[in-house]
Amino acid sequence: MGKAGAFPDPADKKSQYSDMLGYLIKRLIQMLLVLWIVSLVVFLMMSFTGDPVFMIVPIDATDDQIQQARRILGLDQSLPVQYWIFISSLVQGDFGQSYVFRQPALALILERMPATVEMVLVAMVLAVVVAIPLGVYAGANPNGRLSRIIMAGSLLGISLPGFWVGMVLIYFFAVHLGIFPSSGRGETGEVFGVRTSLVTWNGWHHIILPAVTLSLATMAILLRMTRAGMMEVARQDYMKFARAKGATRQDVLYKHGLKNALIPVVTIFGLQLGDLIAFATITETIFSWPGMGKLLIDSIYRADRPVIVVYLMLVALIFVVINFLVDLVYTLIDPRITLK
Amino acid sequence: MTVQTQHALLAVRDLRTYFHTFSGTVKAVNGVSFDIGEGEIMGLVGESGGGKSVVGFSILGLIDSPGQIMGGQILLNGEDLVTAGEDRLRQIRGREISMVFQDPMTSLNPLHTVGQQMDEVLRLHSDLDAAARRKACVEMLESVGISRAADRLGAYPHQFSGGMRQRVVIAIAMLAKPRLIIADEPTTALDVTIQSQILKLMRQQIAARGASMILITHDLAVVSEMADHITVLYCGNVVERGRTRDLIETPAHPYTRGLIDSIPDPANRHPRLKQIPGTVPDIRNLPKGCNFRDRCPRAQALCAVEEPQLRPQNASQWAACHYPLQPGDLA
Ligand SMILES: Nc1ncnc2c1ncn2[C@@H]1O[C@H](COP(=O)(O)OP(=O)(O)O)[C@@H](O)[C@H]1O
Ligand code: SF4
Ligand SMILES: [Mg+2]
Repeated sequence: MGKAGAFPDPADKKSQYSDMLGYLIKRLIQMLLVLWIVSLVVFLMMSFTGDPVFMIVPIDATDDQIQQARRILGLDQSLPVQYWIFISSLVQGDFGQSYVFRQPALALILERMPATVEMVLVAMVLAVVVAIPLGVYAGANPNGRLSRIIMAGSLLGISLPGFWVGMVLIYFFAVHLGIFPSSGRGETGEVFGVRTSLVTWNGWHHIILPAVTLSLATMAILLRMTRAGMMEVARQDYMKFARAKGATRQDVLYKHGLKNALIPVVTIFGLQLGDLIAFATITETIFSWPGMGKLLIDSIYRADRPVIVVYLMLVALIFVVINFLVDLVYTLIDPRITLK
Repeated sequence: MTVQTQHALLAVRDLRTYFHTFSGTVKAVNGVSFDIGEGEIMGLVGESGGGKSVVGFSILGLIDSPGQIMGGQILLNGEDLVTAGEDRLRQIRGREISMVFQDPMTSLNPLHTVGQQMDEVLRLHSDLDAAARRKACVEMLESVGISRAADRLGAYPHQFSGGMRQRVVIAIAMLAKPRLIIADEPTTALDVTIQSQILKLMRQQIAARGASMILITHDLAVVSEMADHITVLYCGNVVERGRTRDLIETPAHPYTRGLIDSIPDPANRHPRLKQIPGTVPDIRNLPKGCNFRDRCPRAQALCAVEEPQLRPQNASQWAACHYPLQPGDLA
């Protein structure tokens, strides 16, 4: 039969692997390029926003002391030299010391990262678990009464500001009903050397409200993406063909439909995941959650430049990695998409 | 070769399927009746929009809102599918009656392997274990002419050509050994050279299993080679039905005549075909009297007043026309 060429031949395996290696190398270079550009932008941004020296020296410091502090911080050098020092120490793994805490900036951030990541994970799981079934339902029954209610709810989820939702939740569940704590992280336990509150009841008790607050907007967006995808997919012949085989409506929707509707959902999931990890700032502030978003806000107030710089670089890295993972997931979902 | 059985495998009686749309009720199928015996092939023909696909989906109980079966019976071995529940219909779909769609490029799920899509049928309709199901799938793929079948179970639809995909679709439709296949324009989307291969394959598969088939097409030429009987649909009504030879040689309804005249004749290299003048009227507001009136060369005053009923023309032929063509009439 013709078209045999379209099938992967076992002999092609080797060239497939070298294709894969080539792809990974290309991808790595791209990532480094992105990070380098981010470093430039961050560096320039920092250089033009205020003089951190005054945040460090005592209020009654003399001019000499100020000059000396400048020299120690390297702020007396020209911009290109400063950038060179900055980038070469980054490359060597030296990310600088926090002006405020007198500790390595990276360690400071990494120490707070588990709190943020655990909250974001709970929020994302919650968002997916609610959004996917409701989105599938609303997409499969676009004119149903329940679908209209779901869509109205999702519109609220998108348009209500997070800080307001957070405060309403605190008022209702913490102040009024008193069933959840209003702030702070609960007890933590250690898993693989990481301290997390997901292994204690008290920890879960504390994480629910902030995670719900954080998840609502993402939930609403994912729901709408799922619905739009399902509405598109519902029209496809293979859906009807699957039913003509005798499959249940449920199986047709989930086994045949959802997978086909998933690519845009995964894309948005990746973006939201990065966004929440990087900028959960508002939720963390409202709930006094000791995460890295709160550290960022504090560092901005105190012009703690090294922390801000490392933070932004880390955020860029997180986005670049998530982006890569999302592309990998595409290939798992759709055999027509290859890594190239 | 026609075996006229007394007991019809499928008997459709006065089927009415309507779509309730914002712009009015579309009476897509409005009182259609026909019988199919064991091992018979029935051609269901007519121009696009005549209601052929809706008949097919009605039989499988796959009319989705805003569509609804408003009346009539669909008797499979005497059991009425119109009143059957969804659970019973699911047992029937794929097992008793299966369907082949028009476009093989879109009827397979692009994200599942051919093997998965075949296996689904056997998991739904058999007690076979995984190894036995796999064996059955390989044999089925081979029987529809796909070589290296075992390797190709792991392939995805996009790795097949259009003709190959339609072979896969046919394999899926045949897998649970159904009694009736509904093939909705199975070759319309394919190259001409591949069309005849696929038709041959379908006839072979049907004959080997003693199954029956409804072959839906707008192409009378295709159906006249394949079918034992032909039913002609126009605007949701049967306008003529009869044994293939009789209907082709001595059509009684002017619409059937028009369809036959528009078949390109390979012997006669006349470039211009005789097309039926005018277009299909809007089903939402059909004219009073005969639906074909505005396009009919034989129309007279009565045709504008009274709707013609299906009446026997001879031993095997029925037509719904006030002034049917007689054998020997030229137009
Ligand atoms: N989902 C639907 N909603 C509204 N009208 C429909 C729908 N499906 C089919 N119809 C109408 O039913 C009529 C018959 O369609 P169909 O059976 O697809 O015709 P055919 O298969 O003969 O070309 C057409 O007028 C079409 O517009
Ligand atoms: S009933 Fe009249 S208009 Fe209709 S097909 Fe017959 S002759 Fe033509
Ligand atoms: Mg059709």
